[in-house]
Amino acid sequence: MAAHAPTAPRRRWGSTVAGLLVLAVMLFPLYWMLNTALQPDSGLLQVDPVPSGLDLSGFTKALTDQGGNLLTSLLVSAGAVAICLAVAAPAAYGLARFGLRGSRAIVFGTLITQMVPGIVIANALYTSYVDLGLVNSYAGLMLADASLGIPFSIVLMRSFMLSIPGEVIEAAEIDGAGPVRVFLRVVLPMSRNALITSGLFAFLFAWSDFMFALTLNTTDDVKPITLGIYQYIGAHVGDWGSVMAAAVLSAVPAAVLLVLAQKYIAAGITGGSVK
Amino acid sequence: MTTSTVTATPSATAPRKDTAPDPARARLRRRLARWGFVAPAVVFMLLFFGYPLVRNVVMSFQHYTPKTFFTGEAPFNGGDNWSSVFQDALFGKALWHTLVFTACSLLGQFCVGLALAVFFNRRFPLGGVLRSLILLPWLVPMVVSGVVWRRILDQDTGVLNTFLDTLGLGGHTPWLTSPDMALLSVVLVNIWIGIPFNMVILYGGLQEIPRELYEAASLDGASAWRAFRSVTLPMLRPVITVVLVLGFMSTVKILDLILALTDGGPADATQTLGTLTYQNSFVELDFGAGAVVGNVLILISAVFAVFYLRANRTEGK
Repeated sequence: MAAHAPTAPRRRWGSTVAGLLVLAVMLFPLYWMLNTALQPDSGLLQVDPVPSGLDLSGFTKALTDQGGNLLTSLLVSAGAVAICLAVAAPAAYGLARFGLRGSRAIVFGTLITQMVPGIVIANALYTSYVDLGLVNSYAGLMLADASLGIPFSIVLMRSFMLSIPGEVIEAAEIDGAGPVRVFLRVVLPMSRNALITSGLFAFLFAWSDFMFALTLNTTDDVKPITLGIYQYIGAHVGDWGSVMAAAVLSAVPAAVLLVLAQKYIAAGITGGSVK
Repeated sequence: MTTSTVTATPSATAPRKDTAPDPARARLRRRLARWGFVAPAVVFMLLFFGYPLVRNVVMSFQHYTPKTFFTGEAPFNGGDNWSSVFQDALFGKALWHTLVFTACSLLGQFCVGLALAVFFNRRFPLGGVLRSLILLPWLVPMVVSGVVWRRILDQDTGVLNTFLDTLGLGGHTPWLTSPDMALLSVVLVNIWIGIPFNMVILYGGLQEIPRELYEAASLDGASAWRAFRSVTLPMLRPVITVVLVLGFMSTVKILDLILALTDGGPADATQTLGTLTYQNSFVELDFGAGAVVGNVLILISAVFAVFYLRANRTEGK
């Protein structure tokens, strides 16, 4: 609408001010999380709008209580990313290039999976996990968390790999490279951006997972941070300072990734959902 | 890398051109190799998506008790689970809450998301930075957002009520503790979570609309509102469908947020199909009843998946 010739600069800065206000409202809860975490003494009382000093004891307590769970989250998410990429990247290539009979059905299947509610999966998975001894195991949770990223990654990487020029691949084949070598040596390096985006989202999905952690674990053996915080609010209702400190710690990866990998995230959100 | 090269060369180079052993076998081998790329993903998706769908249908006709997991016995009991779930007043409540929650959340997320997308579609200093920072709430784990909002919405010491109090607007609203307010509060939090996603997708759609269309509209003397209605909305239609259907599918199955905010309470005021499935299966260990509710949830999603696929077809190239 307002994209005629560069309009009056005053109006454009007016938009910046309005944008800042919108951002302030949208990010206020996250500010409040940090603010509460820095006032560990407030307990159940009202929290001041700005912390009076830098009191990190809430964080110390959160790290003591939840540090192990953070590590668990890191380990499980890393495992889920590895599984996700190992399964999805070859499939994406196969679906983009080989013209296999049934490719369309498989792509269709990846779209269908988006409609299966996670709790339904957990419901059935739990009973099988009990039979297979995968309840309370790292491998079990990694596999379940990988399922959150696989359909997304296939769709995203496939649409990327479709855009790799056929001549590049044919040239490698003429040089005598088999399909595996072409994939590892030519396709994967060229798909670097798509791999990073997929891996990033697979990580965020696994890191944010709460439902599988809640349903596929019956003991404290494998407890990611999301589950840790959920149980924390049950047990520490009075100690909001350290609950919020744990919340801040659990939000760190998202914040870091948003800053460091902004373009991949934007690409992932649009690419993974619209295609 | 180097080792694989060494092992691969003898078979690849030595017999190649001259022998060309058996074209049919070679073709079969190539086909198998190609399927090898896709097979792990197919198996994975069958195990983690296909199998649970089938298994849930079977489970909904089985009698599960806490003892089942020791004895391994879950005898079939006909339609007992179905009739007992449907006769329970809680199911009707949860279904209603789910529909209200989903409809209101989508409406709120979409309208605010669209407004922000239009806003950020204009060029202004820092626009790009602000737009990407707004994504942050969407990237934080949902349970964590839920926990933070639980503190903000606390009746006596939460910052929202404190703020309303200083403005002289009451400030004693029991956001999460009154059965009349809880569902609305949960919807508001979910709108907050969903705005960034809606904004980004709709913004992407807006960027695709050719500027010339707006120029033509303004030459015809169309007002900004008129241009929005006759250019923006029609051009954005496919993206709108996608955003609403994806939003629907992720909202209808909501679980994390509600558990973190209210645990389905107070007095089941925020119980939805997602939380009811969880409660039946994992709290009461009646997996048969959980499966029934889960199947209803799938059925609702399936109806909307049809819309999604339609949208994808019109969208797809």
